[in-house]
Amino acid sequence: MIHASLKELAAALAGKKISSVELTSLHLERIVRLNPQLNAFITVDPEKSLAMARAADARLARGEGGPLTGIPLAHKDIFCAEGWLTTCGSKMLSNFVSPYDATVIERFKAAGTVTLGKTNMDEFAMGSSNETSFYGPVKNPWDTAAVPGGSSGGSAAAVAARLAPAATGTDTGGSIRQPAALCGLTGLKPTYGVVSRWGMIAFASSLDQAGPMARSAEDCALLLNAMAGFDPRDSTSLERPAEDYAGDLEKPLAGLKIGLPKEFFAEGLSAEVAQAVEAAIAEYRRLGAVTVEVSLPNMKLSVPAYYVIAPAEASSNLSRFDGVRYGHRAPQYGDLADMYCKSRAQGFGAEVKRRILIGTYVLSHGYYDAYYLQAQRIRRLIATDFSQAFKSCDLIMGPTSPTAAFALGAKAADPVQMYLSDIYTIAVNLAGLPGMSIPCGFGAGKRPVGLQIIGDYFAESRMLNAAHQYQRATDWHARAPEL
Amino acid sequence: MSLANWEIVIGLETHAQLNTASKIFSGASTAFGAAPNSQACAVDIALPGVLPVLNRGAVERAIRFGLAVGGRIAPRSVFARKNYFYPDLPKGYQISQYELPVVSGGGLSIKVGLPDTAEEKFVRLTRAHLEEDAGKSLHEDFHGRSGIDLNRAGTPLLEIVSEPDMRSAAEAVAYAKALHALVRWIGICDGNMQEGSFRCDANVSVRPKGSDTLGTRREIKNLNSFRFLQQAIEYEARWQIETLEDGGRIHQATVLFDPDTGETRAMRSKEEAHDYRYFPDPDLLPLEIAPAWIDAVKAALPELPEAMKARFERDYGLSAYDAGTLTAARETAAYFEQAAVLGNAKLCANWMMGELTARLNREEKDIAAAPISPAQLAGLVARLADGTLSGKMAKEVFDALWGGEGQDADAIIEARGLKQISDSGALEKIIDEVLAANPKSVEEFRAGKEKAFNALVGQAMKATRGKANPQQVNELLKKKLGA
Amino acid sequence: MSLSLDQVRRIAELSRIELAPGEAERSREQLNGIFGLIEAMQAVDTAGVAPMAHARDLAQRLREDRVSETDRHADFQKVAPEAEAGLYLVPKVIE
Repeated sequence: MIHASLKELAAALAGKKISSVELTSLHLERIVRLNPQLNAFITVDPEKSLAMARAADARLARGEGGPLTGIPLAHKDIFCAEGWLTTCGSKMLSNFVSPYDATVIERFKAAGTVTLGKTNMDEFAMGSSNETSFYGPVKNPWDTAAVPGGSSGGSAAAVAARLAPAATGTDTGGSIRQPAALCGLTGLKPTYGVVSRWGMIAFASSLDQAGPMARSAEDCALLLNAMAGFDPRDSTSLERPAEDYAGDLEKPLAGLKIGLPKEFFAEGLSAEVAQAVEAAIAEYRRLGAVTVEVSLPNMKLSVPAYYVIAPAEASSNLSRFDGVRYGHRAPQYGDLADMYCKSRAQGFGAEVKRRILIGTYVLSHGYYDAYYLQAQRIRRLIATDFSQAFKSCDLIMGPTSPTAAFALGAKAADPVQMYLSDIYTIAVNLAGLPGMSIPCGFGAGKRPVGLQIIGDYFAESRMLNAAHQYQRATDWHARAPEL
Repeated sequence: MSLANWEIVIGLETHAQLNTASKIFSGASTAFGAAPNSQACAVDIALPGVLPVLNRGAVERAIRFGLAVGGRIAPRSVFARKNYFYPDLPKGYQISQYELPVVSGGGLSIKVGLPDTAEEKFVRLTRAHLEEDAGKSLHEDFHGRSGIDLNRAGTPLLEIVSEPDMRSAAEAVAYAKALHALVRWIGICDGNMQEGSFRCDANVSVRPKGSDTLGTRREIKNLNSFRFLQQAIEYEARWQIETLEDGGRIHQATVLFDPDTGETRAMRSKEEAHDYRYFPDPDLLPLEIAPAWIDAVKAALPELPEAMKARFERDYGLSAYDAGTLTAARETAAYFEQAAVLGNAKLCANWMMGELTARLNREEKDIAAAPISPAQLAGLVARLADGTLSGKMAKEVFDALWGGEGQDADAIIEARGLKQISDSGALEKIIDEVLAANPKSVEEFRAGKEKAFNALVGQAMKATRGKANPQQVNELLKKKLGA
Repeated sequence: MSLSLDQVRRIAELSRIELAPGEAERSREQLNGIFGLIEAMQAVDTAGVAPMAHARDLAQRLREDRVSETDRHADFQKVAPEAEAGLYLVPKVIE
């Protein structure tokens, strides 16, 4: 059962082969057993989960279930969930029990899913290794000496280790795709505005987007069907007709034009990743796709531009954490300013502080034009590169991450090296495009490698179709780590 | 100190709270005076994950204002974040407009001086932009701590910035009053200064007469009455002049006015040179205002005071002064017009500015709450004009109407038997009796004593118990006495 | 370009983050490393390129002026560090 797809689980639930309570208990037991070595969850609350499972069983018994009713899911601890501790991986929110639900949570509740728990993450989603969490690093289930990637590292590890059938993640610069790649999962970051950001604790508002992390493209499609949709509470949410993201899964790929950006296959890409990605592309050719070379000439500027824009927005987004209305307040302080300075110094970890300082600096008087505005112009150049590229192809493919999972601690002391691990994912967020990662092989020591698929705006169905067809022809996505 | 050698330069920044039902970025109520924080919703208290959604009503009011002052409505304007820490600012930033405000340019005519020697002056507006109000810090004693009430946080504000066009406290007050009247006239702000719905910051500088460079300015914050505005500017200007004449220098600063001492003082809070790090709010896309929307607002805009004043002079033959007085507030103008269309416009105006205003002032009532309707007033002055009532009788009828007695003037005249005796036959008979009863007065009059005539008039009026038309009595007496 | 220690202290103050002894020095080194990465952007000629503040070039959607929220201050203040009589309490605010 722990390896079953969401469709299989739904069928089992509908056919009374298993109840949601049983399915939930099964996963809760695995969490109890395996989480201590992985640290994938920050909060588990079996009582709450089982209550949701009982409600789902009742709903199924009434014949009112939907395609996800009764299925347990893990949610990244960035989503506010009413009555649940919602920490965002930070000491700052280590005492914050949310009084409201994020839209994503609300939609999954409405679909009848069960919340298994809240997953570990880099603090405020700032990190690529899940080592910046106040709750300690997450271990990669494929190799517990390696990082799971970040920032949605807890969600990735939980799904890979079969502690949860699927999970939610968020992606600001690669935080769904990179951990999906490093943990051998399928993860999708939709077009900016497709999934509501209401209740998702903001890191960089113009880049943040939530998406599913699961074991297959088909699972992702079913999850996205529940997550996506217009939300009047988010000004940047897009009003579009509802779409069945699973509708195109079975379309043949003959004639699909895949663009291969030459910049993705250049210096910095490890040989083992290059090999696995090239093999995957060869598989696509076998499936009837054709490949064309495209160019994203400004892609190398995406990391610099991102490390101006994301910290700038973050420095402002994180100003609300001041110890006045919720969150950590320093136990001892002098005056008001001292209370702010101490509460924030104690509540935030080193990486978060670093990004707040960068953001404050690039927005400050005299530096705004040279940094923030210049980064915004580069952002435009990058978005234009993609629209040029999509004139000659349907999808773009390349590596998700330059390397397979690296060792815990390997880059923790060197922020610049850490930042460069997002080199292939960041440009997609800057442009607001949809991107996904699917497993396409392994490197040394059974560490998974991910293939990145990038689509034009609203091309999610097409991307999922391409991913699904590949997964029908291969079994990388079905492999499970031994624990 | 010689004031005559100096020129005072003043610009005002006015914050007008827009009278929307809900807040500018949330669905919380804006009603004044609720229990602390009972109208501060998740968005207003800046819970993690919440997002702003702009209120159409606030934008519509900004458009109304822009049209009323002849400003330019920006087809595209941008909301920016102004970053600073303060406990009444829950997000750590205020959403405002910076580089691209919704309204720019335009201006207001003001009158300074006594009615007959008043000079007209045009004060140019720099801009008007939308932003959110902050909460309130309450300094009553909570064991030496401040209490934060966020009910006001998120109330829509229109910040109206003038050019430094004013040259005296009197001009600044005239401008503030004209602006206050206008925002109420066009129905965008209730203008309640005690409740803080309309408050001014004054930028004051001084320079030697004849100089064309501006001196260093100090900004007096939060003046919530016209009297304080006047006092604060007068004090501040005098202080600056004295400082300069004593060889001192003015440093740019933010100051507070203390109504108890009548003095201004620099704010005590450590004034680190502010660096607000404005940048476009990533949660809010650009605000676009289509020409069709502007046209619709224009069509629904009430006649503006300037135009109405000109029309009153033209159509009703009012003096410029009277027309100005009656168009000081929209309610007053509407009252006048409803009465004036029934005839006797000038008499209506006189009675409104005389008896009606006096009674309203005495009872501290707004014209909207006047117990006498415009139709009732018109009915009253009609009886005065046609000679039915004497002035004295008219006042009696006015009092009766004010007290709610009778439906209209005619009913009261009827009920009280207040009709002037205009039947000359009856009057002649009474006069004959008066002449017969007062031979001494008749004799004295014939001997050339003018005073005796007045005595006879008095007797005749007495005999008719005031119901005679004094003019008619005069004429008849003269005729009888052969004068 | 390289940040001075004073600049690090200044941005920490603007950010309301207290720096422990020696932290300014350590931060400065790391920040300068990161700005070394960011510098790559400076050489690019972006004249005439419109800045892109949002992921999509769209206009803002507006909501109708309607009160939709109810009083939830008791719920919200359950997680407040210090609240009394419906108010959030902080050290004395001095204007």
